[in-house]
Amino acid sequence: MEKILSKHFFNPEARRLSFYLQNDGYEAARKALTCMSPQEIIEEVMKSNLRGLGGAGFPTGRKWSFIPKDSPEPRYLVVNCDESEPGTFKDRHIIEWTPHTLLEGVMIASFAIGAHQCFVYARGEYVRYANILQTALEEAYRAGFFGKNIFGTGFDLDVMIHLGAGAYICGEESALLESLEGKKGWPRLKPPFPAVSGLFGRPTIINNTETISYVPVIIRNGGEWFSRLGSLKSGGMRLYSVSGHIRKPGVYELPLGTSLREIIYTYAEGMRNGRKLKAVIPGGSSTPVLTAQEIDVKMDFESLAAIGSMLGSAGVIVMDESACLVKALAVLGKFYQHESCGQCTPCREGTGWMTRILHRILTGRGVKGDLENLVRVANNIQGNTICALGDGAAMPMISFVTKFREEFESHIFHKRCTAVR
Amino acid sequence: MSLETLSDQLLAEISEILAKHPQRRPALLPILHACQRRNGYISPEIERAVAELLGIPVIDVREIITFYTLLLPKPVGKHHLQFCTNLSCHLQGAEESVAAACRRLGIEEGETTADRRFTVTTVECLGACDMAPAMQVNDDYYANMTSDRVNELLDKLS
Ligand SMILES: Cc1cc2nc3c(=O)[nH]c(=O)nc-3n(C[C@H](O)[C@H](O)[C@H](O)COP(=O)(O)O)c2cc1C
Ligand code: SF4
Ligand code: FES
Repeated sequence: MEKILSKHFFNPEARRLSFYLQNDGYEAARKALTCMSPQEIIEEVMKSNLRGLGGAGFPTGRKWSFIPKDSPEPRYLVVNCDESEPGTFKDRHIIEWTPHTLLEGVMIASFAIGAHQCFVYARGEYVRYANILQTALEEAYRAGFFGKNIFGTGFDLDVMIHLGAGAYICGEESALLESLEGKKGWPRLKPPFPAVSGLFGRPTIINNTETISYVPVIIRNGGEWFSRLGSLKSGGMRLYSVSGHIRKPGVYELPLGTSLREIIYTYAEGMRNGRKLKAVIPGGSSTPVLTAQEIDVKMDFESLAAIGSMLGSAGVIVMDESACLVKALAVLGKFYQHESCGQCTPCREGTGWMTRILHRILTGRGVKGDLENLVRVANNIQGNTICALGDGAAMPMISFVTKFREEFESHIFHKRCTAVR
Repeated sequence: MSLETLSDQLLAEISEILAKHPQRRPALLPILHACQRRNGYISPEIERAVAELLGIPVIDVREIITFYTLLLPKPVGKHHLQFCTNLSCHLQGAEESVAAACRRLGIEEGETTADRRFTVTTVECLGACDMAPAMQVNDDYYANMTSDRVNELLDKLS
C-alpha cells in the first residue's frame, strides 16, 4: 500500500519547500483555488469519507458545510496540534517531517470555508517541532503561497502558529479556543458549536493536524479514490501510533479497517522477549481497553464501536503479561485527575476519588466494595460533564475493572500482583 | 513603575508580539513564553509588569501562570530534566530512570540541585511514546532513557 503522509518520514530533505515542489507540492492547492469552488471542495471532502482524526471521528466535509455561507463575517480555521492524548504521537511526525503537507491542507481548507486567517495551535512541549513548521511556513510565504492574492486568485490567507503551555485540556476544541484568546483552557458549554460561534465569537472550523494533512491528496486524486482506500464508512488511511510492550514502536500509516492483530504482529513486529499479549488500548488512553482475545477487530470507527471501544486518536498502547493493570490504571487515573480543568464537580472530584481508590488497592489497602465504588464514581462522571475529558477518565476505569476483574480482586483480597515478571 | 523589570530586548520582543495580534489579550501566552525564555521563569515582578503592559489585573496573569504547567512561577535548574511517567513510558520502566537521575544528583523528584544546575520533575505524556521512556531537557526530547542512558546524559550536560 502506497504511503501518503509518511512517505518521506525520517528524510530531513523532505521538509524543504524545494523537495515538496518537486513532488507535486502545492499543486492540489493550485487546483483547488483556481479550478474549484468552495462548495466543490467541500463535496469532494464529503465523498472522501474523511473523518476527524483528532478523536471524535466527525465527518470532515460535513463539519465544513456548517460554516455560514454568503456571510461577510470573518471566520477562522484552527488546526489542532495539541496532541496530548497519551499514546498519540502522529501529529508530531507530520510537523517534523512533512510540514508543507499540513500547510497545503490549511490553504485548501481555508479557501473552502472562506477563512483568511488560520491558527495552528501546537502543544508547548513541541517547541522544536513547531519551529520546523514555522520555518516551512516562512519558506512558503516567501514563495507567495501565503499572504495576499494567492495564485493570482485574489484570495488572501495568513497563518499564525501558536504555542500552548502544558495542559491536556487545551486539545479539547473549545478549551483550545479559550487558550487562543489568552485565557485558561476551560471548555465552553455547547451549543453554540464553534462553526457558529468559535474564536472571538466568529464561525470557526477546528480540525486535527492529520485530518487537514489528508486534504491535499483528496483534492489531487479525488474523494472517491480516498474513500476506497478505507472501509465502508471510514475513508482512507490514517497514522496509527503504536507504543508500549512492542518490538517496533512507531507510526504506521495503514488503511482504516486494518486489523489490530495485523498492526501489532505484522507491522510493529509483535511482542518482545516472547512475552504474551495481555491488553491493548486501541485509540489513546481515553478509549476502553481490549483483551488479547479482541484484537481481530478492524481498526475503523464502526468496528471498534461495535465491541464497545473507540478508534479515538488511533494511539495503540500494547501491554504484555508483565504489566500490572492496577498500576496501569492508576497511572491513567492520576493523569486525568491532574488534567481535569475543575469546572465540573463530577470530573474534578470523581477523578480524585478514582485515583485514591486505585492507589489504595495498589498499596495493598484495598477493601471489599472498592471496585463497585470505582465503577459507580465513573458512571456518575459519564455524560454529566461539560466536555469529554470526564468520559475519557471514566471509560478506562469501567473497561479495565470489568475485563480484568480478577487482577484487581487479587490485589484487594490476596494482596498479590498477578503480573508475570 | 514595574515595566522597568523588563529588559529592552524583552520589550522589543513583546512589541513584536503585540504587533502581530490585533487584540491584546491573545498576546498574553506568547508574551509569557517570551518572558520565560529570557528569564528562566516568571517572577512576581514580571507578572506585574506584563499585567500593566496589557492593562489587565495581575490576578488574570497569575491565573494563567498557575493553569499552564509549562509556565514556571519559580526558577528551575539550568537543565530541567522532565521525565514522562505516563503509561507507555511507565511500561518501559520510566520510574527507574527518574530514580537513577535523583540518586545521581542527590535530590528528590521536584527538587533542584544546590548548584542550580539540575531540576528533576515528572510530567505527563510528551507525545513521544515511540521514544519511551521519553524525557525532555529544556526544549529537547530524548529517547529510550534507561538508567544507563540517564547517567550518560548527565555526564554530557554541564
Ligand atoms: C480532553 C480532550 C482532549 C482532546 N485533545 C485533542 C488533541 O490533542 N488533538 C486533537 O486533534 N483533538 C483533540 N480532542 C478532540 C477535539 O475536541 C476535536 O474534536 C478535534 O480537534 C476536531 O478535529 P477533527 O474533527 O479533525 O478530529 C480532544 C478532546 C477532548 C475532550
Ligand atoms: S469534564 Fe472535566 S475537564 Fe471537561 S470541563 Fe468538566 S471539569 Fe473540565
Ligand atoms: S507516555 Fe511517555 S511520551 Fe507518551
